[in-house]
Amino acid sequence: MTVEKGPPGDGPVPALAATSRGASLGPTLPRAYRVLDVIVENYRTCTLRLDGVMQSDPGQFAMVWLPGLDEKPLSVQRDDPLSITVAAVGPFSRALQQVPPGGTVWCRGPYGNGFVPLGDDHLLVAGGYGAAPLLFLARRLAAAGMRSRVVVGAATREDLLLTEAFEAVGAEVHMTTEDGSAGTTGLVTEVVAPMLRDDPPTGTYACGPHGMLHALRGLATARGLPIQMSWEAYMRCGVGICGSCEHEGMLLCADGPVLDDAGQPPARGRS
Amino acid sequence: MPGAGAVTRAGAGPGVATEPLGIELPVEIAGVRLKRPLVLASGILGTHATLMERVARAGAGAVTTKSAGPSPRGGHVNPTCVDFGAGLINAIGLANPGAAAEVALVEQTRAALAPLGVPVIASLFADTVESFARVAETLAQAGPDLLEVNISCPNVASEFGEPFAASAESAAAVTAAVRAAVDIPVIVKLAPNVPSIGRIAAAVVDAGADAICAVNTMPGMVIEHESGLPVLANKTGGVSGPALRPIAVHAVYQIARAVDVPIIGTGGVSTGADALEMISAGATAVGVGSAVYYEGVGAFTAILSELAEWLEGHELTLDEIRGRAHREMTWPEPATPAPVPDAGHGT
Repeated sequence: MTVEKGPPGDGPVPALAATSRGASLGPTLPRAYRVLDVIVENYRTCTLRLDGVMQSDPGQFAMVWLPGLDEKPLSVQRDDPLSITVAAVGPFSRALQQVPPGGTVWCRGPYGNGFVPLGDDHLLVAGGYGAAPLLFLARRLAAAGMRSRVVVGAATREDLLLTEAFEAVGAEVHMTTEDGSAGTTGLVTEVVAPMLRDDPPTGTYACGPHGMLHALRGLATARGLPIQMSWEAYMRCGVGICGSCEHEGMLLCADGPVLDDAGQPPARGRS
Repeated sequence: MPGAGAVTRAGAGPGVATEPLGIELPVEIAGVRLKRPLVLASGILGTHATLMERVARAGAGAVTTKSAGPSPRGGHVNPTCVDFGAGLINAIGLANPGAAAEVALVEQTRAALAPLGVPVIASLFADTVESFARVAETLAQAGPDLLEVNISCPNVASEFGEPFAASAESAAAVTAAVRAAVDIPVIVKLAPNVPSIGRIAAAVVDAGADAICAVNTMPGMVIEHESGLPVLANKTGGVSGPALRPIAVHAVYQIARAVDVPIIGTGGVSTGADALEMISAGATAVGVGSAVYYEGVGAFTAILSELAEWLEGHELTLDEIRGRAHREMTWPEPATPAPVPDAGHGT
């Protein structure tokens, strides 16, 4: 191989980043946290309060690791102290619930894009375990002195999650159960649809089963109201490269998990 | 705003809306024209046509689908990928739907990328020489522009318990079997952790490889100090990102001396300067993988823009800089002896 021209330096030299732009994202190895205490939320859900901070936006998630078992993405329920609400659904979540106070769990993050509040009158819609990141959001909105209505839906009264915690932060709480054992009988849309019609919020934020999110997106967009939804998918790398969590062309771990009604990460500074 | 310490990326996410770039720096790999010299490395976002279309719109000249094997694999449990500070280490475990299902992905990706003029490289792996040939035949049904034969994944071993890329003989045997099975140009992806990568490159080219991709990730391990346990569920994994770059550049340099086929230089490239380095070592095109972690798919746009700007500023072409690291510099002899410092002078 030969090169006709001389070494660089002959002509004007455009500025080039000399080194990789990488390596500036901060420490992302799992960090050990001690469990301060474990709060039982319902018959299969509890909250682990940990002895450290993970400064986060509501809707962002932590990768929680139990060495030798697994690592899963879980929503940050509170960032100071870092608190994780987990339902017993499989071996990992059951083991996580059994870590005693003083025991160790490992977390890295936060990852992903969270909710971006729009305006000053907010509607939060939680289906099942989706209540956890929305409680974090409700706490932030309450701290800013803004109105929040929260609709918490579940299959039965026993499955309702964090309703008292929402009330404790001053949110106006509405409950729905599919079997009618508490609150309005039916799905969250039974309560949300008249709210969007009669007293529309400036921003709606939802987390729960995908069927619920699709239904809410339909209701909101039909009225021209903005909505942000936190979607769920199996995540491998958690950092936007493996492609496992693709959802409508987005990477839920890096672009999401919160996407707006147009399927894009919510724009900051828009209100 | 994101919390301090939040992991956010300048080029992530909203880059979707970008239109195909006007920048064209064409190169040719085994008769296939790439409008731009950046290639999405295998294992990165190669799981969905939607994601590969985003990458193409961000500036990739070709995309590589995630390596498919003979049958579906679920991959390892998490953690499968972590940032250890100087790069990434991963052991996804070749999660893939199997070659038969991969055909649909390759077809969808071709359909999505055809309007953009971006070719598709279908990557494959297997556990026996014969199986490599069968997987190649299956994927060939989807009509990819090129095949990438991944003989270097640390997760897959030959009957001798090491990657096929570990010896010239096994690397050549796989290459010859695939070459005989398909009419599509074949790229062979080599491993960095071999004593003489030039010898292995020569062997696979002799066996019919049309191009070389170098390199795959470097085997490594990261142990979390508090638990004292390897952080990857698979314990070992492949190192990529900035830590891999000098290793990859060296490999490309050695391969360029050994063979005369196009090289896709892959390993830690995340800036235009990095791409220039790889091309100077002898690469025809440049693979981009871990940079997507650092900057999202916007990494392609940034690398390409910087590369194009540098070339334009220096009035140089890719052909003119390719392999220039191999040249020996000569400096003119001084016409008259240089003045010697007056050694004894002073107090």
